[in-house]
Amino acid sequence: MKMKLSQKWMLDCVALPEGLTDKAFADAMTLSGSKVEAVEREGGELENIVVGRVTAIERHPDSDHLWVAQVDVGGGESVQIVTGAQNVVADAYVPVAKNNSVVAGGKKIKSGKLRGILSDGMMCSLEELGLTAHDFPYAAEDGIFLLGEDCDRSLGLDIQTAVGLDDVVTEFEITSNRPDCLSVLGLAREAAATFRLPFAVPAPPVPQGEGDVNDLLKVTIEAPDLCYRYAGAVVRNVRVEPSPRWLRERLRASGVRPINNIVDITNYVMLEYGQPMHAFDLRYLEGGQVVVRTARPGERITTLDGTERALAEDMLVIADAAKPVAVAGVMGGEYSGIMDDTGAIVFESACFRGTQVRAAAKRLGLRTEASARYEKELDPSSCLPCLRRALELVRLLNAGDIVGGTVDNFPTPKPARRLPFVPDWVNQFIGIDCPAEEQAAILERLGCRVADGEITVPSFRGDLEQKADISEEIARFFGYDKIPSRPLRGLADGRLTPAQQLQRQIGETLLACGCSEICTYSFFSPKAYDKIGLPEGHWLRQSVTISNPLGEDTSVMRTTPTPSMLETLARNDHNNNESAALFELATVYRPRGAEELPEEKQIVAVGLYGPHEDYFALKGIVEALLERVGVSGYDVRAVTDNPTFHPGRAAQFVFEDGAFLAALGEISPAVAENYDLGTRVYVALLDFNTLLARRNGARIHRALPRYPAVTRDLALVCGAETPVLTLQNTIRKAAGEMLEELLLFDVYTGSQIAAGQKSVAFRLRLRSAKGTLTDEEADGVVRRAIKALGAVGAALRAS
Amino acid sequence: MKEQLYALRTDAAVRIAQAGDTTQLEAVRVALLGKKGELTAILKQMGKLSAEERPVIGQLANEARGELEGLLAARAAALGAEETARRLAAETLDVTMPGSRKRLGHKHPLTVVLDEVKEIFLGMGFSVATGPEVEWDYYNFEALNLPQGHPARDTQDTFYITETMLLRTQTSPVQVRVMEQQKPPIRIIAPGRVYRSDAVDATHSPLFHQIEGLVVDEGITMADLKGSLDQLAKRLFGEETRTRFRPHHFPFTEPSCEVDISCFRCGGAGCPMCKGEGWIEILGAGMVHPKVLAGCGIDPERYSGFAFGVGLERLTMFRFQIDDMRLLFENDMRFLGQF
Repeated sequence: MKMKLSQKWMLDCVALPEGLTDKAFADAMTLSGSKVEAVEREGGELENIVVGRVTAIERHPDSDHLWVAQVDVGGGESVQIVTGAQNVVADAYVPVAKNNSVVAGGKKIKSGKLRGILSDGMMCSLEELGLTAHDFPYAAEDGIFLLGEDCDRSLGLDIQTAVGLDDVVTEFEITSNRPDCLSVLGLAREAAATFRLPFAVPAPPVPQGEGDVNDLLKVTIEAPDLCYRYAGAVVRNVRVEPSPRWLRERLRASGVRPINNIVDITNYVMLEYGQPMHAFDLRYLEGGQVVVRTARPGERITTLDGTERALAEDMLVIADAAKPVAVAGVMGGEYSGIMDDTGAIVFESACFRGTQVRAAAKRLGLRTEASARYEKELDPSSCLPCLRRALELVRLLNAGDIVGGTVDNFPTPKPARRLPFVPDWVNQFIGIDCPAEEQAAILERLGCRVADGEITVPSFRGDLEQKADISEEIARFFGYDKIPSRPLRGLADGRLTPAQQLQRQIGETLLACGCSEICTYSFFSPKAYDKIGLPEGHWLRQSVTISNPLGEDTSVMRTTPTPSMLETLARNDHNNNESAALFELATVYRPRGAEELPEEKQIVAVGLYGPHEDYFALKGIVEALLERVGVSGYDVRAVTDNPTFHPGRAAQFVFEDGAFLAALGEISPAVAENYDLGTRVYVALLDFNTLLARRNGARIHRALPRYPAVTRDLALVCGAETPVLTLQNTIRKAAGEMLEELLLFDVYTGSQIAAGQKSVAFRLRLRSAKGTLTDEEADGVVRRAIKALGAVGAALRAS
Repeated sequence: MKEQLYALRTDAAVRIAQAGDTTQLEAVRVALLGKKGELTAILKQMGKLSAEERPVIGQLANEARGELEGLLAARAAALGAEETARRLAAETLDVTMPGSRKRLGHKHPLTVVLDEVKEIFLGMGFSVATGPEVEWDYYNFEALNLPQGHPARDTQDTFYITETMLLRTQTSPVQVRVMEQQKPPIRIIAPGRVYRSDAVDATHSPLFHQIEGLVVDEGITMADLKGSLDQLAKRLFGEETRTRFRPHHFPFTEPSCEVDISCFRCGGAGCPMCKGEGWIEILGAGMVHPKVLAGCGIDPERYSGFAFGVGLERLTMFRFQIDDMRLLFENDMRFLGQF
């Protein structure tokens, strides 16, 4: 959560070293653990704008709406300014942007003539100073900002000093464990510790007032496990008006809009202490009662933002005798706010259980400044000081009459946490050598007390729970940069698992085949299954479904990488890439019910398109991959009924025992059309687990042949439907071990061949390890092959 | 006959010298020395000679044959060299024309960087661990000291499958799974996909990759953490790279830090890449929280450890100066081909 810190405000609390630059401050804070996101000088772009007084003003001779003013800008200098504003009068004090000045928005102002009259600068509106009506409620909405008595009206004074637009705002990113730093005092404490300065939080005085608050207000906590503390006070005869300039200024620097004195006080205390406060109009607290309880069945509340909301029964509310008036720690009800006719108010300074507030805010979809703080678990100890501080401000601003006393319901105060002070352990754990006294000093500066081997943790540091937490405090003020950097010692056996080695090998092989690796989302739309043609009820449609997806497009975890691949191929095609050869080791997710995590397995997906690609190019890549990883002995079968693939151009690789190895083929025209593909595309999917289980990684050297090979060509004729693989298997089996290589070199159908037949030509390379083959031996092999081929309906082609 | 032989020799020398190519030369050879050649024709007259003349003429004839063969061979060699030279000249290529390229496969840039990171840590004795992407709430949050209702859960907008099953928002659950199964010493990195419900833009993606690191042993300190991450930074971004460790908060480490590296473009002087800071944030790290160790059955009094998590997209985008994360998931060939 971000926190904007006013430098002026902080300097009230801690005396930082003289001459410290904004950057040096920001760097030091960042390195001690309060991360600075930005440093901004208020009105940083304004230049050469000063306080002036209008000494004379008269109508422009050639215009019915322009005025010509003489403005005294101090030092005996007077400038003439032509203005179109209608609210400027003689003796008014105005911001004067002189010749060669810059106003908000970076606009440069130069002398010039307006209808023939010299205008030597410009008088500025609030907007031209980068301010709003919230900063100066008395200023005219559209017109020149006439400086009021709350500004320093010394002539010639720089306008930023004059109106208090000269703070430096440091924006911090505060981590969720440090709600105490979402406050000026918290950050001032960190700053003091960073620069080794003393620091103390001033204790606000106990308020004095007429009467007894207990006669007007009764507080009951019905859910003490959800509300740790509730403190309240009453102010009568409230005078609702704008806050003084100094207070408005600090709120503005902190990024909070000034509203009126009462609301501003609650915000001021929240910024100062980190404790959210609320002010109720006593008129609307029926019975003068505050009951902190969970909501009743069917209860509703209209919140300050005007929305009516249903309350769940486990939500904590602030109620009066009859109805809820606020959602505890989140937002007040519509009548709880301060109105012009508000007479008496109740200040609430309470502490609620963080998880409770977080859940309620989340359920209502209503995350507020207060809820964002409460959900980080605040310190109940600060409720009463904050209430007193608010009353102190009421007195200071003369905003009403304080009723005597405070109501403080604090069912179970927690004792301070004590931790062992173990400087040696800290040194060993962090790897430093920081003396015990130095460690104690660091902790004391943070508000801890160190005595008798024990650390007493301040109540606002709920995050300090054990000695590791203490070590971080020591380390960050000792300086992370002073911790030595040491290489890891000792030996360790770092290696890849067989599966990781196989992944690497698959990647390398596919890269060598010219395929490029892609990285696609693991989730997609359930419509993806329609697009790849899966019928209703297909088992692949059973997906792990995200209950709160960003959109339908990313709502189910993929069970197949095919849609991801097709989408990527289509994107390349649509981007006019002539060809693409892609692969991905894609994880797929298959549900196993609510009690078991889904099965996550990898599929190797390969996809191609382009002028030189076809089914065999794809199959060649798959075969090369299988050869490289050492998978063999699989059967290749034509697949005619996979709806994703072309019925005549798809195959699967399976083992005899039924284990699935791969599916591949040309994508069916209907599916390609679903992806608006203007070209044929080819996709292969290989099961990683099968590759891992069936691979034979062992490589044993075979001696190079010592005797020459003999080649024989075999031209066959067979039925057009006969798979080449059947012929190959038949030849291999009949030829036996002498067959070194079987090369298909021609397949032909056409006029030379009878209808329904095809010609298939193989080259056989034969070799024996025992000696040079004779022609008779080679012919014998061929004869055996021809005989066996006869049994599958293939015969020698008559030449 | 003597005269005939002399005349033949003189005439033959001229004809051999005049043969313009190997074909003509062969014709000359056949005409001179062939079965029906001129020398043979002269020798056929030997029978008419006297016994005294025969050896003399015979010797002359052999000399003539030898000489002609020598001339023929020399001429053949010369012609051969000329012809080779002519052929080679005719084969001259424009060697500046482009080569015919084999298609190259390109590793995805995320893999390029991940492989480097793996190499670095394998060399330091780390193994590579993995864990499920669809994970139990327990491993992703609870066991990492992020109980239900913890405000830090909000910073990681989570995709849920059921109340208790989710898409992991970080690779840190792998830490827990490893520590549950393996006793120290432990040195692992765990790269993988993680998910957060961030809408897609130039710097956000609902899916991205992290690399988790975990070391647990006796006597592990923050000095070891700094040493290991210094080494990673120098190996990935160059030896001159400096690191800056800033205190931070993560629920599952204590102390925690964020790590910046000196900007590799400007060297720390400040430039648009580092937004004028001179530093670029690259990862979060810290000492494993004693609660996390204890929850995994590892005695925090005896063992300590450090852990870190780094965003792979971030590393990759810095490394290759990629300014839009969407490019990494669009997989356009024109993009992939650059790596």
